[in-house]
Parts: sequence; C-alpha cells; structure tokens
Amino acid sequence: MIARHNLVKKIIGLGVFQTSIFYLYITMGKVSGGSAPILSDNEQIIYSNPVPHVLILTAIVVGVATSAVGLALIVRIYETYDTIEEDEIREIEALESDA
Amino acid sequence: MSDQLPALQILITMLAAPLCVLCRHARVSWFIAFFANILAFLVAWQLLMQVQSSGAIRYALGGWAAPAGIEYYIDTINATVLMLVSGISAVVLLYAYESVTKAVPLAKHYLFYAAWLLCVTGLLGIVITGDAFNVFVFIEVSSLATYMLVSFGDDRRALSASFRYLILGSIGASFILIGIGFLYAATGTLNMIDLADRIPDSQSQRSVLVAFSFITIGVLIKSAVFPLHAWLPNAYTYAPVAVTVFLSGTATKVSLYVLLRFFFSIFGKDYSFGQLFLNGVLLPAAIGGFVLMSLVAVYQTDLRRMLAYSSVAQIGYIVAGFSLASQAGLSAGIVHMVNHAIIKASLFMAVGCIIYRIGHSHIPSLDNLFKRMPLTCTAFVISGFGLVGVPLTAGFVSKFALVGAAMDKGWWIVTALVLMSSLLAVVYVGRVVEIMVFRRAREADHSFTGMSEAPISMLLPMYILVIVGLYFGINGSQTLGVANDAARQLLGGF
Repeated sequence: MIARHNLVKKIIGLGVFQTSIFYLYITMGKVSGGSAPILSDNEQIIYSNPVPHVLILTAIVVGVATSAVGLALIVRIYETYDTIEEDEIREIEALESDA
Repeated sequence: MSDQLPALQILITMLAAPLCVLCRHARVSWFIAFFANILAFLVAWQLLMQVQSSGAIRYALGGWAAPAGIEYYIDTINATVLMLVSGISAVVLLYAYESVTKAVPLAKHYLFYAAWLLCVTGLLGIVITGDAFNVFVFIEVSSLATYMLVSFGDDRRALSASFRYLILGSIGASFILIGIGFLYAATGTLNMIDLADRIPDSQSQRSVLVAFSFITIGVLIKSAVFPLHAWLPNAYTYAPVAVTVFLSGTATKVSLYVLLRFFFSIFGKDYSFGQLFLNGVLLPAAIGGFVLMSLVAVYQTDLRRMLAYSSVAQIGYIVAGFSLASQAGLSAGIVHMVNHAIIKASLFMAVGCIIYRIGHSHIPSLDNLFKRMPLTCTAFVISGFGLVGVPLTAGFVSKFALVGAAMDKGWWIVTALVLMSSLLAVVYVGRVVEIMVFRRAREADHSFTGMSEAPISMLLPMYILVIVGLYFGINGSQTLGVANDAARQLLGGF
C-alpha cells in the first residue's frame, strides 16, 4: 500500500490488509472441537463463538464502503489528472503550486 | 422521553441524512441539516445537565443489557465533547449556507449536507458509545463521510488530498480494529466498563500489550499527532472552507477523546502511564508537534495551510497535557480541546470570508485587507490572540492551565518549550495581522476596490464563536470546572 505508486494498487493493498484483520478475528472465534454456530437439536454440540463472525460482517461492509469511496475518488482523479500514478500526480501538483 | 435522549442524540442526525437525499433541493436540504443539528445540540446540552446533576448515564440500546448488548455510557467528558461537536456543527452550518454556494455546485448541495449529517452522526456516535467495537463502526462512518466532504473542494487537489486521507485514515481505523480484536481475545468482552474490569485479571497480558500498541498508533493517526499528521495539511487546505472549519473543530478532538477513553478509563492510568510509560511516546510526539509544526507554520504562504500546521501544533499542546497524567494536566488538555476547537473554527471562518470575497488566501497578497473587510480582520485578530494565548482570550486559560500543570509536576523543560512555541505562534499570527492591518496597499497591484465585507450569514456565526471564545477567556472557571470534573472521573476509572 505504501510502496506501490498506482492508486488502484493502494486500494487493493488496503483490502488485503483489512481481510487479514478479518482472519484474525475469525480465528479467535474457533473453539476446539466446536462446530458452526448454528442452533441445532443436538444437545452435546459445542459451538464456535459467533460474536467474531458478527463483528466481521460489520467490518466487511465497512471495508466495501471504503473501497467504493476510494475507487470513486480514483475515477474522479483520473478524469482530472489523466493518470493514476501517484508520483505523476505529485509532479503535476508541484508544478501547479509553483506556478 | 428524557430516558431515551442518548438514542435520540444519534437518531436525529442519522435520520435527517436520507431526508436530505430524498429532497433534492439545495436550500431545503440545508434547512433540514441545520434544524437537525440544532436539535442534536439541545439534546447534548440536556445530557450534560443530566450528567452534572445525577452522575453518569448508562443507556442500554434496544433494551439489551450490557455486556451482551451495546451500551451508551455518558459522563462529563462525553457530554462536553457531544456539546462541542453538535454546537460547532450547528454554527458552521449557518456559515455554510453562503460559503458552500461558491465551492460546491448547487445541484450537489443535497449530497453535501447528507454527507455532513452522516459525519456528525458518526462523530456523536464515537463519543457517546460505551462499546469498543461500536467505536470502530462509528469511526468508519464518520471517516467515510469526511473523505466525501473533503473531496467536494473546487480545487482538483482536493481529490488527491481526500484519497491520501482515505488511505491513512483507513490504516488508522484498521489498527484500532486490530487492537479491539486483541482486547476481545484477551478478555472476551467488548463493553468498555467490562473491559476495564477484566483487563488486569486477564491471562493473556501479552495480547493486552499488543492491543495497547495498536490502539495507540491508530488513535494517534486519527488525531493527527506529530509525526502521524501527514494527511491533515492537504485535507484542510483543499477541502471546501466550511468543511475545514467543521473538521478543525471536531474530528481531531473526537479522536483525542477516544485516546482519553482507552488510556484512562479502559486500560487505566496505572497501566498506561505507570507500567507502560506511555509518556515516553506521547510527550516527544507532543513536543515535536508544538515546536516543529509551529516552525513550519511560520514559513507558509497560504493562510489555510498555515492554520492547518498550527492545528497540528495545538494538538501537540493537548497531548502534552494528557501525557502529564495528573488531574491538572488532564483538565488542561481537555480545556484546550474545547477552546482550540472554538478558536480554530473562528479563524478558519475568517479565512473563508476572505476566500469568499477575494478568491484566494495567499498571505502576501492580503495587503491592507482591514480597510475593505474590517469585521473579518477584527475577528481574525481576536481569534489570533486566542491562538497565541493573550490574556482575556480562551487560549490564555488553556495555556495557563497547561503551564501550571507542567510546573506542578516539575517538568521545567516542557514549560520552557511551551512558552517558546507560543512565541512562534506570535510570529506566524503576527505576520498575517501585520500584512492585513498595518501594511499600506501597494499601488494598483492588489487593490480591493469594490470589495465589500462578507455576507452577514457568514459574519454572524464567526462572531458567535469569537464571542464564545472571549466569554470562555474572561470567565474561564466554567470550562475549567467542567474539565476538572471530567479529569477526575477519567483518573478514577469507571
């Protein structure tokens, strides 16, 4: 995300980063020997913790919204700057500021 | 009805947002936004009254009791920040009526005000909630709305500024999310009060330590504490001026509140500052902020960018107050949170008035502006004095409290640095005042003939803030009393 200059790659990097956080949460929820947290009639069953799943659903939605806003911004940036490489954009802005 | 006030605080602005989108008319959507904000401010005021008379409020959302359900927890610090956010938002919306007309095409106004309402909802939610994960959700709600608001600027650099803010802000929020995840793994709960109970007894102290680190960095990014402030100067400079006014008064202050909540209430002062020596991180960052950023501000040629760097410097003062971890230090930091919000907002409003009439905010070209726009310049001068810390202004109250707290603890070097950086503030404010008020206009170069004062709908909110600032400066005991209460409650834990 930091090393790549292409703006879309930054969004991709952000997405990968956020997905790894989701993994962190979900792995936390697993109880050894536990199965999916769906109610069943079997009384002996152990459930994995459903709370992390719920938290992650929220976080996924947030991640989707963030990517959407980011990509919309990139579309507008492309329309005005004609490029989506960050170093080229900085050059254009630097010229604009000096002018 | 008054039982449900905490829920109302969020619901009013949240429901007003889709209303704005549904009615596409620019002025009507402004009115909806303004009215909703006034209601939100009244609710916040009522909540503060309630907290001051009967102690902290715990409200179970939807009737689901904590710790399984989400709870809203309101004590003095919350209620103060709630009033600050809703108050500033209401005043700035009054200002935005004219100011936004020039920056954003009329056809897009309804979207602008909808985003504004969502941003306010998010900020109020961050402050009011008593559940750690809920904090993250509202942080993202307000952040996404903020990225949208910043990108409405008419300069195309607003787009890349907003994008950069998006990337850095999402990193910050994601770090906070990681921290919350580790806290959940260590304790099994997300409710703040429960967390405070369970953290000392937790078997996985290493998880708690990791959580602490991640949350620290995440919150410092969001609060634009030096050196994690990179997103702020561009975002403040290129956003529409009303957005800059609003953000400078609220967004960073709310993130600083999150810092207070996590370090003092949840982790506890003994763990954060005793066992882990958070001072070692916060104090250098704070000092670097108020010394180096004030220096950078001196060299700026654009008025907005200068004030943006000044904001980072002032946030440094607030964090310095927090890192003292004493009641005096905390209350100094909290008082400065409120006072700086008011002062910076009125300063940016003055800049907005200038941009409204002249079209730019290039400092060297503002010769003798006082002749054409006396009211605006006067407001700028008074608020500028507040920034420096001249007696009788709100800035003096908070600087005095901060220096007093530092001397109480015997931190002489910090005291000296605070005073020295105030001199830097004199330089960067004084430079602008000198150009605007005292310098005679050079012939024919930048003559402001035909330029009149800014419209009354922009002057009025600005003077409201200036007068509030003066009031809090002359009668500082009111804000200091509330801040002291808040500090005492924070130090005591839940």
